[in-house]
This record gives sequence, structure tokens and C-alpha cells, in this order.
Amino acid sequence: MKIVRNLLKAAFKSLAKNRMRSLLTSLGIIIGVSAVVVMVAIGNGSQQRIQNEINSLGTNLLMVMPGSTSSVGTRLGAGSSPGFKFSDIEKLQKGLIYIEAVSPVVRSSGQIIGGSGNWSTSIYGVSNDYFGIRGWEIESGDFFTDKDVASKRKVAVLGKTVADELFENMDPIGQKIRIRNIPFTVVGVLKSKGQAGMGQDQDDVVMAPSTTVLYRLKGGQYIDMINASAISVEAMDAAEAELTEELRTIRGIKKGDDDDFMIRSQAEIMEMVTSTTETMTLLLAAIAAVSLVVGGIGIMNIMLVSVTERTREIGIRLSIGARASDIMIQFLTEAIVLSLIGGILGIALSAGVVAILNEFTSFTAVMNPEIIAISFVFSGAVGIFFGFYPARKAAALNPIDALRYE
Amino acid sequence: MNSNNKSVIEIKDLIRTFTIGDIAVHALRGISLNVNEREFVAIMGASGSGKSTLMNLIGCLDVPTSGEYYLDGLTVNNLTPNEFATIRNQKIGFVFQNFNLLARTTAVENVELPLLYDRGNRVKNPRQAALDALGRVGLSDRIDHEPNQLSGGQQQRLAIARALVNRPAIILADEPTGNLDSRTSIEVMALFQELNNQGITIILVTHEQEIAEYSKRVIMMRDGSIIDDHLIKNRQNARDDLESLPKDDLPITQVETQ
Repeated sequence: MKIVRNLLKAAFKSLAKNRMRSLLTSLGIIIGVSAVVVMVAIGNGSQQRIQNEINSLGTNLLMVMPGSTSSVGTRLGAGSSPGFKFSDIEKLQKGLIYIEAVSPVVRSSGQIIGGSGNWSTSIYGVSNDYFGIRGWEIESGDFFTDKDVASKRKVAVLGKTVADELFENMDPIGQKIRIRNIPFTVVGVLKSKGQAGMGQDQDDVVMAPSTTVLYRLKGGQYIDMINASAISVEAMDAAEAELTEELRTIRGIKKGDDDDFMIRSQAEIMEMVTSTTETMTLLLAAIAAVSLVVGGIGIMNIMLVSVTERTREIGIRLSIGARASDIMIQFLTEAIVLSLIGGILGIALSAGVVAILNEFTSFTAVMNPEIIAISFVFSGAVGIFFGFYPARKAAALNPIDALRYE
Repeated sequence: MNSNNKSVIEIKDLIRTFTIGDIAVHALRGISLNVNEREFVAIMGASGSGKSTLMNLIGCLDVPTSGEYYLDGLTVNNLTPNEFATIRNQKIGFVFQNFNLLARTTAVENVELPLLYDRGNRVKNPRQAALDALGRVGLSDRIDHEPNQLSGGQQQRLAIARALVNRPAIILADEPTGNLDSRTSIEVMALFQELNNQGITIILVTHEQEIAEYSKRVIMMRDGSIIDDHLIKNRQNARDDLESLPKDDLPITQVETQ
């Protein structure tokens, strides 16, 4: 302990003798460390933002779509197989352990007239479970019920955008709207979810019972899509497997044949998007790390100058009993102290930059403790790596030559 | 410890040959030498006579090509660099011509330095030991001064304090008065005489006859060999000489006549 204290004291003292030089040498590390931390913070920030957006689509979500089918050996494209039936949904709702809720999704679109104007939007035919699966909350009024679905009632829940467009200064609850000339009663308005990851407005939507939309608006007999939720994020894989198994049975697919439907999970979408941002973050951090290496070379440069300058001092220390290892450790300690000071100041600087970015720009930057710890340790490692050669050079000096050095 | 016969340095047939390019330079051609405890030896010789090489070998800064060397009862042949460092730390105190103090480091810290490298931790309180050593050389009022705030004589006394602090078996002084004016030189020699009277063994290298007169034994070297080794009969007392010098204007005239 005493030795460590003496070493640190000596290192700080000799660095303090050349304050300006020490500061400028550290500057390379300061810039390198803060560049790495800020880049990673920006990457983390955008990743977090995208994750929040994707989560707003509903967590634990599994989307089932009709897949490809083959007709006499010819494989047709995605969506070429028939959709699903209400009876399929009922079967899925019973007896699956990893599935919490299942809702049909019948997609349509059309011109809506009501209140003070008209508006073209998407119409989703869903069951009451859909709101839970996709994480919708109600702002005013209420969701429609299972009973409404069973009896094909003409009720609708409006997205915030639609409600605002049609009923600017009015309470929409209880009002009539006409969707393709069929009258619906507004029972609720959804809370705003804002834009989705890809930029489309999630609130520009009208929801109505799936039966009503399928039989009264759209026509036909197939449901376009099934939305289901797993009981937990951990159970996603199990839920997907279970769902696949059950659907194969329902649709009578023979063992060994390909599925004629596709299941997309929220996790997959998330993975796809986060892997993109992760790659970006890694790239930015790698570029920033280059400046850290350049900073390290600066330290090596100055340490080499310092060893030459202090040759006589090294000679004095050797003559009064310092071992080569003592000299080595002395110079190594100086290099490490220099780079760690740079590391600490760099982290402080990056905290400032992150605060400024969050305050004054559209960037979201999130500092995480790991990257702070990593960059601190890394700056120390830079000191060891680039301080090693000069320190070894100092330690290899012969005392007689060192004492004679002018 | 009072015995005058105990040998501190025993050298047998020491040879040191440097190879510069293809040419072998014989710096020492078989030196044999005994130095006992409490001796005060001056090694004299022209430059190139090998006295500095001998000093480096005695000081364990260099390794002989062949020969035997015993220091304070220890065999110093075939030691590792770390063992040499330990011997330099514990058995030898160096005083150099150009003082070799650490710049921008206070007097007491300079003196403390050897103790920081003492792996045996023989001294429990390095700071106190350093202050004691500064007291012995009369620099108690200069402990917080840095070398550039001290006169040449004071700097050399500081160097002597540093050599003393680890209680070495021997003090090696390489031209300790070479950078000093005559009066300061005599002052430094007076200090050496005092320390020698207190029981410290001293070997100094000098080319000035007057300086050698203050020692007890003079060894003359030429071309890597000892050509003369005699005891001083009428030893000069530096303290007396100092008092016989006029005090006021002397430093200036001495500097001018150098």
C-alpha cells in the first residue's frame, strides 16, 4: 500500500512539473474517450427510442398471416393461401397454454362521413381482445364488447386522429358515422399512440367488431390476419411453436409439408431493427475508438520524450538502489495516471455533451454505466499498452551511461 | 566495530576490458586492493588512468571482466542486476562531481529517496532519518529548499546527506570538489573528515593534490594499474585550513584565480 501511494505521489508530482504538457497529452485520451461514450450514448438513445415505438405496437405480439401455397408443384406467393375463419379463432382461444389472447383482424378501408366532415382511413375489424393484445387504451367512452362482436353490432371505436378530423369541437361518443354509407355508432375514442417506427400514424384508424366488418363492410369469408399475445416475453418461442402446431392441425397440413401461414413475432421485428442500430452504434464507436488509439500514441510519444529528458534522473535513481523494475513501474504509473486522468475528464466531457444533445437537438442520447466503466478501464489499458515501450526503454538504461548523459 | 583491521573492500586481480568496435580497451589491468573500515582513501591519476572505472566497479555500477571483489564481507561476483541494486542501496553512498540531485524536488525529499527503494524497510521513519542526515551536514535550515535554490557547496552537502541516509558501509565520492571553488572544496573536505572521524569509510577520486592531502591514504593510478599506494604522514586538517583563510573577499578572488 505504501509503495502504491509513493508511486502515485511520484507520478502526480512529475506530471505536475509539466502541467501544460500533461494536459495536452491527456487531451488525446479526453477526446477519444468522450467520442466513444457520446457515440455509444447516441446509439443507445436511438435504439431505446425505436424499442419504445415498437413496444407501443403491443408487447408479446404474434401476428399470423396466410402464407404461400402450392398448386400442383407450383409455389405461389405470400398471401396466396386462404385466410382464417372465425371457427379457427375459437379453437385457438381454447386449450393453448402459452397464448393469452387471440383476435381476428379484418382489414378494410373507406371513406367515413360523420360529425363535421369526412375522412378516408383504415378500418380494422377486431374482437375486444385486440385492444389488450396491441396495448390500446381508451381515452373516452369504452371499447366494444364480445357481445357486440357476437351480434355483429354496428359500433365503432375511433383512433385519435380520426376523432379529431371528424369531431373537432364535439364529443364523438354516441354520434353516428357512416362508413361506406353504413351507419355506425361511436362508442369510444382511443388514446393516442403517435407514429409507429416506420412513420405511419397509428391513430389514423377506426376499429369495429370483426364480424360486422367482415360480413357488412368487406364481404367474403376469410379473416386476413390473426393477432395473438403470448403470456410473457419469455414464452414467445413456446407460444409461437404452440400456435404453429395448432394451426397446422386446424388447416389439415400433412406432416412434412410446409406451413401455409406465417407467424411474425414482435421480438423478430425488434431484433431486425435493433440489429441495424447496433451495427450503426458499433461502427460509430469503432471510429471513435480510433481517436482513442491516436491519443494513446500521443502518450507514448510524450513518455518517450520524458524518458530521454530524464535519463540523468533515471541514472541517479539506479545509482542509489532503484531496480530496473522500479524504474519501469515509475514510468508505467505515469503513463497510466496520464491516461486515466484523460479517461475521467473524457467521461465528464461526454456527460456534458450528452446533456447538450438532449437539451438542444433532436438526438436522444443515453449514457449507460457499462460504457462509462468500459471506457475508463479501456483508457487505463491504453496507458499500459502505450506506456509499456517507453517504460521498458527507461528500465533498460545502464546506470553509468545514464549518469553521464548530458 | 572499533577494529581498524576489518576489511570493507577486498579486490583481487580485477580486470575490466571494454570492447569498442574491434578494439579492446584495457581500462583496468589486474588491480588488487584492500580497504579497511574507517579508512579515508584518495584515488589519484590522470584522466584515462582507470580511476573512474575502478570507482564504478567498487560502486557496483559496473561488472568486471574478471577478478574477485568482496564488499563488507559479501561476495560481489556474479550477482543479478537486482542484487546489485540492493547492494547499491544498502552498502554504498554515492557523491558525484555534478551533485546529481533531483531537480524541483526539496532537499529532504532528495535525501529520503534511497530509503524509498529500501526493500528491507530498515528505516522505520524515512522522513526523520532524512532530517537527521541533513542535520549531520549542516543543512537543517534548508530542508524545504530545492537544489536550484542552494549554492554549489550546499548542493554537494545535500548529496553527501543523501549518501549518508541509508547508513552505507562506504561512501564513494567521484571528484566531489571538481565543480566547487577552493574554499567550498575545503568546506566539503572538512565535512568528509568529520564523517570519517565518526567512523565512516570514504573513498574519493580526485586529481587535485591539495584535496588528496586531506585523506589518510593515497593511491596513484596510471594506465589501468596502481603505481603507488602510500599513507599520508602529515595529514591536513580542513577545519584548520578553513580558519586560516581570510573570510570576506576570498570566494571571489578564489574563483578568479581558478
